[in-house]
Amino acid sequence: MQKDITRLSFILLFAPFALWIVLLIILPHIGMVIISLREKVAPRVYEFSFAQYIDFVQEPIYWNTLLRTGSMSLLVTVLALIIGFPIAYYIAKIAGKRSKGALFLLCLIPLWVSDLIRAFGWILLLRETGVISTALQKTGLVGQPVEFLYNDATVIMGLVYTVILFMIVPLVSTLDGMDDAMVEAGYNLGGNGPTVLRRIIIPYAMPGIVSGCIVVFMLTAGSYLTPILLGGKNSSWFTEQIYEQFISRYNWESGAAFGFLLLFFTSVVVWLGLKISGQTLSSTVAKS
Amino acid sequence: MAQKRNPAFMMGYRLYVLAFFIFLAAPLVAAGTFAFNDSLFPALPWQGFTLDWFFNDTEPKLGMFHDRRLLRGLYYSFVFATMVSLLSVFVGTCNSFLFVRVNFPYKNFFYIMMVVPLVIPGVILGISILVLASTVANGVEETFNYEIEFLRPGILLVVLGQFSFITTITSLVITARLRKFDETMEEAAFNLGASRARVLRTVTLPFLWPAMFAAGIVAFLVSFENFNTTLFLVGSEAPLTITMFDRMVKVGSTPVLNAVSFFLMVGSGLLALLSILVQRDKTET
Repeated sequence: MQKDITRLSFILLFAPFALWIVLLIILPHIGMVIISLREKVAPRVYEFSFAQYIDFVQEPIYWNTLLRTGSMSLLVTVLALIIGFPIAYYIAKIAGKRSKGALFLLCLIPLWVSDLIRAFGWILLLRETGVISTALQKTGLVGQPVEFLYNDATVIMGLVYTVILFMIVPLVSTLDGMDDAMVEAGYNLGGNGPTVLRRIIIPYAMPGIVSGCIVVFMLTAGSYLTPILLGGKNSSWFTEQIYEQFISRYNWESGAAFGFLLLFFTSVVVWLGLKISGQTLSSTVAKS
Repeated sequence: MAQKRNPAFMMGYRLYVLAFFIFLAAPLVAAGTFAFNDSLFPALPWQGFTLDWFFNDTEPKLGMFHDRRLLRGLYYSFVFATMVSLLSVFVGTCNSFLFVRVNFPYKNFFYIMMVVPLVIPGVILGISILVLASTVANGVEETFNYEIEFLRPGILLVVLGQFSFITTITSLVITARLRKFDETMEEAAFNLGASRARVLRTVTLPFLWPAMFAAGIVAFLVSFENFNTTLFLVGSEAPLTITMFDRMVKVGSTPVLNAVSFFLMVGSGLLALLSILVQRDKTET
């Protein structure tokens, strides 16, 4: 009797989870792969083929865009880590008890604001008629309006801005758990600032660093609004290619293939990152 | 630790932190402030304070509360966000019980499966769900000559698309809370003769309620601001983010977009505050 109840409750609890994961995650991805592996030979007639993937390899513009997206995403991840780590350390270890909570909340505020509004704010600041350009002219530093939009540096800055919170939050929670005595001990044993940072703090924070990097990298590689709005039509982000194939050209086969390639490529990068850092998915992002 | 660093270094460090927060605030301040500029363009110079971009009812300064398309967008965003948050809190609660209370084979693997949707790019979630739904709908149409309306881009697909990754967030929030629950409280209730359903209703769920509420608000906000996944699944019922993006790309930016931004920032700020208050009250008493 007791066993039956346990079994029944297990089934009842497992059913929503299974429906969600199978119907909305696994089956759609299988469907996407299947569609990407076919070619339209006549209206409503499809054949199995690798044509979409061959197209991708043969057209430099496609794989260049993917490589560009990947390398810029890596750069954004590194920048977010370098800029975010001192902030996270300050919040977790240096700020007083009361200001700590306030600073953490301040960090989270942009999280509640849509990507669209954040990018819109940057546009108002950075465009030719924008606030910064006008201010520079007023102070006489420049003679004519300056356009800060539509270049790679701005896209990278905008992306760092969009994702840095996802770096800071896991870092703060990892660093929070670190005993101050460990740092003290490092100094007492004769270490200086950089040594303590490299030998004690960073190794301790590794799960948080890796978890932040994974989320930031995936979010950046999959972002769409920020590169388009800050980089203009020529920002060549891979998600734009996917959108173009799907919506503008109505070429679902190739769009699905690109989607799969993006997922595959980013997963390989994440996997490599885990291997290099010696972490696993369950010790970082999926920490229970 | 602070005493060991020299004062100049600490000063520099503080300035860096300050500069960082200015960087965080800058675009939000810019987006919000120009809502009150009495000008046709969201740009300097400042031409005086106005509330026209909220309440004026005539072109060219049509305020957001008189702009039909923006209001329609707001309405649909609200509908999507409400449905997604209810659905994802329900499934998230089931998931938390599944992973905290039940032991089953390959639990770790399934736990990772639960987290994965959060790191899949939103664009890919959107296209994969679109592809599957359309394939099923096309298949049914060809074989049975029957059109399944709800599998075409529209309300259901948008809700499912957002639900597919927001459920991970709600599950994580509620699971964290359930782990802190002292199971002896349930045992005590059982010993006092309460039934399973009654224990759940009077002991366990009241404990979980703040986390469920907070998870619901997070889900609501994330759904409200989602763009990437929604873009592929949207039918004629465009939510606010899509309407705003269309406006920005086709018409260019006017201060009415700033007004909407300001409205959304204040709204989500209040909701976030509410969720923090609800969680704090219950954990400290």
